[in-house]
Amino acid sequence: MRPKLTLLSDEIIARILEEAYELLLKPGIKVQNEEARELLAKAGAKIDPETHVAQIPASLVHKALESVPREFYLYDYDGNPTVHYGGDSVHFDPGSSGIAMLNAETLEHDTTETEHLIRLLKVAEQLSQYDAQSTAVICHDVPKEIQDSYRLYLVLLHSKKPIVTGAFTNKTVQEMIDMLAIFAGSKEAASKKPRAIFDVCPAPPLIWSNFGAGNLIALARAGIPAEIVSVPLSGAAAPVTMLGTVTQHTAECFAGIVIHQLAHAGSPIVWGGAAAIFDMRKGATPMGAVETAMLDCSYAQVAKTLNMPTHTYLGATDSKLVDAQAGLESGISAMVGALSGINMISGSGMLDFLACHSAEKLVIDAEGIAMAKRMIGGVKLHTDTLATGFYDDKINFKGGDFLKQKVTMQLFREEQHLPSSVIDRDSTRAWKAAGSLDAFGRAKLRVNELLASYKRPEIDPEKLSRLHAFTLDLAKKAGIEELPRLEDYQPA
Amino acid sequence: MSEELFKQMAQSIIDGDSDLSVELAKKAIEINMHPLEAITKGFVVGVNYIGDQFGAGEAFLPELVMAGEAMKAAVATLEPELLKLGSARETMGRVVLATVEGDIHEIGKTLVGTMLSASGFEVTDLGVDQPADKIIGKALEIDAHIIGMSALLTTTMVRQREVIEELDKEGLRPRIKVMVGGAPITRDWFQKIKADGYSEDAVGAVKIAKELVGKADQ
Ligand code: B1M
Repeated sequence: MRPKLTLLSDEIIARILEEAYELLLKPGIKVQNEEARELLAKAGAKIDPETHVAQIPASLVHKALESVPREFYLYDYDGNPTVHYGGDSVHFDPGSSGIAMLNAETLEHDTTETEHLIRLLKVAEQLSQYDAQSTAVICHDVPKEIQDSYRLYLVLLHSKKPIVTGAFTNKTVQEMIDMLAIFAGSKEAASKKPRAIFDVCPAPPLIWSNFGAGNLIALARAGIPAEIVSVPLSGAAAPVTMLGTVTQHTAECFAGIVIHQLAHAGSPIVWGGAAAIFDMRKGATPMGAVETAMLDCSYAQVAKTLNMPTHTYLGATDSKLVDAQAGLESGISAMVGALSGINMISGSGMLDFLACHSAEKLVIDAEGIAMAKRMIGGVKLHTDTLATGFYDDKINFKGGDFLKQKVTMQLFREEQHLPSSVIDRDSTRAWKAAGSLDAFGRAKLRVNELLASYKRPEIDPEKLSRLHAFTLDLAKKAGIEELPRLEDYQPA
Repeated sequence: MSEELFKQMAQSIIDGDSDLSVELAKKAIEINMHPLEAITKGFVVGVNYIGDQFGAGEAFLPELVMAGEAMKAAVATLEPELLKLGSARETMGRVVLATVEGDIHEIGKTLVGTMLSASGFEVTDLGVDQPADKIIGKALEIDAHIIGMSALLTTTMVRQREVIEELDKEGLRPRIKVMVGGAPITRDWFQKIKADGYSEDAVGAVKIAKELVGKADQ
């Protein structure tokens, strides 16, 4: 009895698909990458040589949808398939590419450096709610040329989990693929058991930029999974209506999948996004708005009718602090994502429209995720009778009777999620004795515990030194002689 | 009679009604009202009103943008008449706006452009992913007072500095002032690259732009 949230009728979904096909022809898709235009033209799309607008016929979409994998896995360091893209599987990972981090003491948004990313990695590595790590923040202490690849280096060093990442240029995507190949042993191995997936963004409305399309092609050819992150912003970069926005999202995904499958049929690609409404008072892109969650639920439903793997951005907040707004926006939206059966839900830990990360928020969000996962676990039938079997001879109409039953001991862990110390269920007395802390205060303690208990996973030293040498080489080309010193890893 | 017309003009802007603002501009020409009078006593009053309302959180972006469009349409109708009279409309200043090379984030820059236009600046928006030479070339072509650059990525914000260095090399500053903005742009960065102005949002950008052209009080 798994609960599911759906917002669209079959009839509306059919109309969304129909109009998305129309958008592919009129106004068409602006494709700013030459190679992508060539691939499209060769396959039969009409392309305006001046404007670079491609008219993509539905037949190309149908063909791409035939070759695209309906499911695939991401693997952890040890080669276990731990993240399933496909069906209604639900996974969460911390948000990506933040540029600041909440300082839990000063409450300032500090510019992120190596130490900040490592802090987030250590925390997320030990929280089972996060099925994957992400390249969570940018490290401003390395040159810009290696700011995307250096994040991947740090994740590979500090984690065994699968990784949700992304590249900022067509050049660095190649470097990052090379890093994965070093770890996997070869390029073939990296694609056979992919450890990481790359977010790739079209630019709304209806543009596949040189950078975005270039990355799609590179990933398709390398056989490394790509995750389309289409970001239609209702009322600004997409129609103001939810249905209009979801239709544009569909067209952007269609075009991306066509380019990707033309580059290499059969490579894995995900129907994803970070759709949001546009706030008309502040001119912002609220990630915590309920409409944002509704857009994501809706486009996931469209994806599911096509049997595509899914991704979204939820579980984040627009608040600048880890406060009540952060809790309610992140919790509610994580729940919507889970109920929508979205395969990878990115965004936890993030504040301020995806610009700022927080380790404290990560541990609180983990509780929200646990609740969401418990919710989709559903109400289960554990016993032959529903209730009557519980009332045996020993029942003497007292409140504590059921505590004495063996079945209580056996089943309570399955029925109830046991929250961490971040969630307060103490008596007032005990709560006061523990320092009268609010959730943020408790989260700070939990983060410190996790930082103290973290041990860098055992990773083949040979691989590590090759990865280090590769990254150092990139760094030298970018103008620095050494990489920032790390506490947990000193290269030989 | 004029008072009533001025009111209607302002209201057409507030309502974001381009058809009506054009019609009223034509009417002004018909009755031989000086175009500058129509602009300053009529249309601009509407723009200022909606700008203030937006600043106070009472008006919303679509209203602001539509008001800007209605204003543009009215001015375009009056401009030929102005030229005939030999008097050009004095704008707040000319601005070249762009998102820097390697960066395709468009929305913040466009918003800043909208607000600047609505406040009387003449804005040339080059779009996204714009290399330094194009930005500077355009600025020279239109004799811009301000170059405004948006950068949303930590990896592209350095392009702002490159443009500034290039301008300095060519001795084009302080003639051309440089304003920067975008999510990763901080006061520190602004000072480090020696830009002339920076703002964290579009309303602030207008304030700074006015200061840069020495019209802070307008
Ligand atoms: C001249 O004077 C001035 C003065 C003030 C100025 C000014 C100029 N310019 C701006 N301002 C100021 O006034 C404006 C109005 O108030 C404000 O403008 P803003 O632009 O800040 O605000 C807008 C009104 C609304 N905000 C936005 O439009 C940006 C929102 C976020 C979520 C965002 C979006 C929407 C997008 N993105 Co991108 N994106 C993010 C953004 C997160 C964030 N919090 O900023 C950010 C910036 N992106 C990021 C990333 C990683 C990326 N994005 C990418 C792409 C995109 C989309 C195309 C999908 C989309 C843009 C759509 C479009 N048509 O513009 C990719 C980059 C592509 C490239 N080469 O440029 C890609 C690399 C993702 C990928 N793996 O492909 C992150 C930055 C990482 C970094 N290194 O800095 C990021 C913080 C989100 C995240 N956590 O991942 C002020 O900054």
